[in-house]
Amino acid sequence: MYHYSDFDAEFVRDRTAQFRAQVDRRLDGSLTEDEFKPLRLMNGLYLQLHAYMLRVAIPYGTLNSAQMRQLAMIAGRWDKGYGHFTTRQNIQFNWPKLKDVPDMLDALAEVGMHAIQTSGNTIRNVTADHFAGAAADEIADPRPVAELLRQWSTDHPEFQFLPRKFKIAVTGSPNDRAVTRAHDIGLRMVERDGEAGFEVLVGGGLGRTPMIGKVVRDFLPKADLLPYTEAIVSVYNRLGRRDNKYKARIKITVHEHGIEEMSRLVEERFAEIRPNFQGIDQTLLTELEAAFAPPPLSPQTAPDYEARRAADPVFRSWSDTNLTAHRVPGHVLVSVSLKAPGQTPGDATADQMRVLADLAERYGHDELRISHEQNVVLPHVAEADLPALYDALRAAGLAAANIGLVSDIIACPGMDYCALATAPSIPVAQQIALRFEELQLEHEIGPLKIKISGCINACGHHHVGHIGILGLDRAGVETYQITLGGDGTETAAIGERTGPGFSATEIVPAVERLVMAYLDLREEPEETFLATYRRLGMGPFKAALYETDRADAA
Amino acid sequence: MSRVFTPKVVTANRLIEGDAVWLTEDGTWSPDIAEAELLEDEADADLRLLMAQSQSDLVVGAYMADAVAGPDGPEPTHYREAFRTSGPSNYRHGKQETL
Repeated sequence: MYHYSDFDAEFVRDRTAQFRAQVDRRLDGSLTEDEFKPLRLMNGLYLQLHAYMLRVAIPYGTLNSAQMRQLAMIAGRWDKGYGHFTTRQNIQFNWPKLKDVPDMLDALAEVGMHAIQTSGNTIRNVTADHFAGAAADEIADPRPVAELLRQWSTDHPEFQFLPRKFKIAVTGSPNDRAVTRAHDIGLRMVERDGEAGFEVLVGGGLGRTPMIGKVVRDFLPKADLLPYTEAIVSVYNRLGRRDNKYKARIKITVHEHGIEEMSRLVEERFAEIRPNFQGIDQTLLTELEAAFAPPPLSPQTAPDYEARRAADPVFRSWSDTNLTAHRVPGHVLVSVSLKAPGQTPGDATADQMRVLADLAERYGHDELRISHEQNVVLPHVAEADLPALYDALRAAGLAAANIGLVSDIIACPGMDYCALATAPSIPVAQQIALRFEELQLEHEIGPLKIKISGCINACGHHHVGHIGILGLDRAGVETYQITLGGDGTETAAIGERTGPGFSATEIVPAVERLVMAYLDLREEPEETFLATYRRLGMGPFKAALYETDRADAA
Repeated sequence: MSRVFTPKVVTANRLIEGDAVWLTEDGTWSPDIAEAELLEDEADADLRLLMAQSQSDLVVGAYMADAVAGPDGPEPTHYREAFRTSGPSNYRHGKQETL
């Protein structure tokens, strides 16, 4: 696994010392809030409804056990004993005190972590497929490239004051688990004539004006990645609108200028700067590829695992739902759900973090991942270790067998915490999960992604939920709008609004009506909710949702 | 025609702790909205807000929020402000911890 170089370690320590001095100057009155606010935001510190919130980057969602233990320590010592994992592979602490934040950042720096560029109009945490480096369907591990981008973008002098925030996601697999089509830049590894390169997407994004990214280059040789990315951000930095915050993201730049013009400008800029990249980036990339080399695993069989599956239906259900094929036979990727029905999606207690760290050390080659779906992944587990691993997860309340199912809901913090929120989202997620647990239909329903955002900014990815829920404030009353048919994968689509919204008490029954309608409408159990929606369109779902005759709703 | 002024309280978050506080009649900050000064006159309210905004050594982001008089003092009218007076719904954290 990649570890900070001396340069990285010193840089992060220096930044922490700098921020400590800035906090001191704010507290002694030398800095006003107007002066201090941009400085705290550069270090990931927000002020929310009840307290400050510190957002810490987990680059490409990868952690080792020492890092996870340190997050647990921070949660226990300076917060309220838990952390919230987000849809951009960050962790948020909801209750820090301003005077403690420099100590928290020092504690992060000790394990090679930081909160730099987790806010502000900069290039944010580079996210990647949470199954990277392990999945059977992968061309190559996208994380060396993500780390290269992280190093390049951190404190990049040209890109500290972009028109707006800028998000990059990378996947090495044709099955897109990194939502690359909803990012400012999405990088999809592809092969052409045996050579690895990238399809480059630009201008995707959710929020107020959701857009699916457009292909700006269908095959970019790997060696050109950094100069080409720099060319895109450079063109955006010049063209992006600074007159209107709501039109400042690159998706609007692409929309207003057109992808052809954007492509022309990017290629022009690329030709200009390409000669400056004389291979140091490629030398570094080679080193990074070595640092991300997978653990040595050899194919094996696991009779105990099969025996436990045969004997224990609860274990079988968990292993059917939460495991993904590994490229080395006899191994799996284990998804640990942070969505036990009734719990807050994405929250883990300090104790649970310690259990996960211990399990990663014992059974998972010291590696953990955080998924954009707010779950934790142990990417390299031998099947033979699954019974023991499962028992330990179960004892820690981490054995929910619901990955990809109706209760595996993405939800932003919403109005329970967030100063920008227009409605709560956590209680809606809790109630939907509890309702379907009560109905005992979850496994019968099959793959279904519900995503909830508590405001138009769409941190909860509602636009790409099969069922998306957006919480709004309509004349002082919480109102929930539903969208259907969204998809965040390689077949990405923006969900379509069904019609009028629902109140806080109506939204859970409304979702239940949609799911029941699906069970009636599907041609066979294998036809997923999304497939059924794509076959039939909005009509029958809308009829069920608004309890009208199908003819009226069509 | 200008909009009719509805009663307000002045609120902010404390600089060090970050918790929500309300401006009282004697110009101090209370963690309990019931102790806030309910401002029914727009000109008064504007002056109180200016005063609050000048206390940047104590609080951050002062603003006016709608409130109504209740039996024990001002109460929030909007659910956002109600969250600020108690805490999140998913855990008994924040102000509700000590209620």
